Amino acid sequence: MEISKIVELLNGQLVVHGSNKTVEIETVCSTDLMSDVLRFATKGTLLVTALNQAQVIRTAEIADIPAVIMVMGKAIEKELTELAEKKDITLISTNLPTFTTCGILYAEGLIGCLEGQ
Amino acid sequence: MNVTDIIEGCYQLMEGDFTNAGVASSELKSILTKLGVPLDIVRRTAIAAFEAEMNVIIHGVAGTMHYAISETEVKITFTDMGPGIENIELAMKEGYSTAPDWVREMGWGAGMGLPNIKKNTDEMKIDSAVGEGTTLEITIKLRKDGPC
Amino acid sequence: MLTVNDVVKKLGFEIKINGDLDKEVTGCYISDLLSDVMAKSKDGELWITLQTHPNIVAVAVVKGISAIIITNNRDPEPDTAKKAETEKITVLKTGHTTFETAGMIYTLLKSENLL
Repeated sequence: MEISKIVELLNGQLVVHGSNKTVEIETVCSTDLMSDVLRFATKGTLLVTALNQAQVIRTAEIADIPAVIMVMGKAIEKELTELAEKKDITLISTNLPTFTTCGILYAEGLIGCLEGQ
Repeated sequence: MNVTDIIEGCYQLMEGDFTNAGVASSELKSILTKLGVPLDIVRRTAIAAFEAEMNVIIHGVAGTMHYAISETEVKITFTDMGPGIENIELAMKEGYSTAPDWVREMGWGAGMGLPNIKKNTDEMKIDSAVGEGTTLEITIKLRKDGPC
Repeated sequence: MLTVNDVVKKLGFEIKINGDLDKEVTGCYISDLLSDVMAKSKDGELWITLQTHPNIVAVAVVKGISAIIITNNRDPEPDTAKKAETEKITVLKTGHTTFETAGMIYTLLKSENLL
């Protein structure tokens, strides 16, 4: 699924638009714990999180995650946005809570990450 | 790259320095990518290094990360002045954590660090004693055709 | 009315600690950050998390969580299990990821007109 469709589904806002416009999202990782991102996420993974810390972008970069969704309408930390720009990671904001965000994406056919994928 | 060349680097790590946490691993990742190391090996190395960096920043008081890239392997050594690991076997268990609550609210401290490191490396050596700090040495083998 | 027991039966979660399976489910909250759960979760919600440490029980008690669902095949820590038993908080376990667990519950709540 393209990132633009995800933004539309979640009534989201594109805060940082990464340069890789054609990346296809295949899986979703929903967590606020960064070690679990490192364990499960891969290149086509979208990270859904409420952790409003620059650490999210650092972790996304290490795990090759192309896009991050910050949920619950959180006012995203400036440091996080700047790092996303620097590391070319797409950052989306939505007012929806994690549960609704996951529910909508699940209904659209996206799947979760499996260990070792 | 000459067979005898080794690329080395070193970073200082400070406890609680979440702002800079991951900078060292990120730079190492860039270096390996530029050297043409296969992407899956770069990824494993970056993940293991990042987890180890976080361990020092969460527990280690102060420490260093030193890396050495040769034609056949990447060796990364983390040394810290932290409290040391009381029970290494327990620390290797998924979910076991001695991290304080505030660390959990920062997205870490779930007890997956050492297991994640072991999963992503070819060799892992821990030398630790209570009151004396910890040294963690990890090795990731590069492919036979090497990075160059 | 949807109860914790209904959710367990329909979605196949493993019961690690049986608190009150007849408790009504009003919705679902997902977070691994206790401060977020404390601030935003509502009485009667299911709580999906990867956290396994004892503090999750205290939070569940205070916020009236109907059941905690730990994902990715993780087990509650021994102290967590003990505390949950004492406080009568239901703790469930699933091998599914948080995302998939959310999706399954979302689908179920939608069919029950609870969204």
